[in-house]
Amino acid sequence: MKRAIKPLIWLVLLAPLPWLVWLGFTGGMGAEPISFMNRYLGDWAIRILILAIAVTPVSQIFRIKSIMRYRRLIGLFCFFYAFLHLTSYVAIDQFFDFAAIWDDIIKRNYITVGMVSFVLLTALAVTSPKAMVKKIGGKRWRFLHKAVYIAAPLVAFHFIMMRKGFQLEPLIYAAIIAILLGFRLFRFLWTVRKRSKNFSFASMNL
Amino acid sequence: MFIRFRKKSTPQSSEITPETFYNNRRQFLKTAAFASLGSIAGTGLAPFAGSVWAANGSRHGEKLTNVRSSKWDDSQVGEERTDYDSVTRYNNFYEFGTGKTDPQLYARDFQPKPWKIRVDGLVNKPGDYDFDDLIKPHQLEERVYRHRCVEAWSMVVPWVGVSLRDVIKRLEPQNSAKYVAFETLFDPDQMPGQRRRVLDWPYVEGLRMDEAMNELSLLAVGLYGESLPNQNGAPVRLVTPWKYGFKGIKSIVRISFTDKQPPTSWNKSAPREYGFYSNVNPEVDHPRWSQAKERRIGDFLKRKTLMFNGYEEEVADLYKGMDLSKFY
Repeated sequence: MKRAIKPLIWLVLLAPLPWLVWLGFTGGMGAEPISFMNRYLGDWAIRILILAIAVTPVSQIFRIKSIMRYRRLIGLFCFFYAFLHLTSYVAIDQFFDFAAIWDDIIKRNYITVGMVSFVLLTALAVTSPKAMVKKIGGKRWRFLHKAVYIAAPLVAFHFIMMRKGFQLEPLIYAAIIAILLGFRLFRFLWTVRKRSKNFSFASMNL
Repeated sequence: MFIRFRKKSTPQSSEITPETFYNNRRQFLKTAAFASLGSIAGTGLAPFAGSVWAANGSRHGEKLTNVRSSKWDDSQVGEERTDYDSVTRYNNFYEFGTGKTDPQLYARDFQPKPWKIRVDGLVNKPGDYDFDDLIKPHQLEERVYRHRCVEAWSMVVPWVGVSLRDVIKRLEPQNSAKYVAFETLFDPDQMPGQRRRVLDWPYVEGLRMDEAMNELSLLAVGLYGESLPNQNGAPVRLVTPWKYGFKGIKSIVRISFTDKQPPTSWNKSAPREYGFYSNVNPEVDHPRWSQAKERRIGDFLKRKTLMFNGYEEEVADLYKGMDLSKFY
């Protein structure tokens, strides 16, 4: 049973790709398939990002430590979709017009923000193999991987900023990200308080 | 002294849900459910709905008769028409939802008949005009125009309509009238997108009088020789092909003549991004994206955007001496 979980994650998180191909062949991508594809891949990147940062809180709240071992795989899938999202922008939407792309990066806030979060996600992806953890050292590695606390809000902003008018959908994603990161902050403050209480108790005993 | 005893069941004013929240509740729940479903479950449901609709054709309007061809015909544009299905299934009409296929899905039961248009302000013939009374006295023309969306995609659309100039002349604006303002129907029962404040409803737009009197300005009542499908702004919409698509206000219920520049919806929503004029201009970028290029629906590569969307000859005089980066 346990051995089936990882293949299952692969299957579920890869499913959006054949689905996209099917939509492509059946006309489901609409009149502007290029922008549809780009947004579709971006949507899945942010959904899987949410899934990845939900692993820790879920494992702590429900005390199921075993799911922690799937966090890296989910995180890598998020990077995979973010990579495809960026690739579709560079190679299809802009068709390698690097002058236009550079203009976009420096002039358009939402693309700047998107690029910064992609750089952060890349750093996390390349340092994810076990060998890299050893090489960097556990403490430093954990610190580096806190960069997801910056990347996730940036991704939410990237999504909110590209929409016109006051739209609800990106705000819902942003709210979920805020809750998942807020939980960590809450827990951090909680343990700090507890520790300081323990400390005063200990000093009284002296 | 009057002392009011509150019954236990009477809600305190702080407990009463504001009406807008109440009205938005369903939409919120729906969107929330979709977003969380999408993020947690394996498959996105929205694209599935899209593909189901793609399998069925769009509903066609009534065939329009007595349509004259105009000098803006296929050979004048010199480009291929965008196919009917794309024109009627890829729409920005936020009154029916913000997705491109939403208008086509949610405007199906919209009733464009009967239809009244209020004409008011600085005009000699004000009144509530029936659709037929406003349009019928004029000659229907087919005009094949380029259509450039502010989002950097474009189409070529064979509109059918009447010259806005002819209609305005018949209504006899007073000399003091310097602008024409337009308003879209506000009816959240029929237009589900209006149940949420994506924009400050009703949608409003406006033109300077000389822009409205330009020979290009069209009150469109159809496309591809048939009456306008609901999702394209039935029964009557504005078409100003040298301006970004959002200036082409849809489902018009009011035309007002004023001496002051009227407010316009997108300008109210984001003044830094959308100006009153909103002329197609490859040199003046939208703050969030470049306007130098556009993708014609159906094409793979983007093409260069033309000044005034290729209608420089007809409209450049209107903006002589104006700094177009300031009056965007």
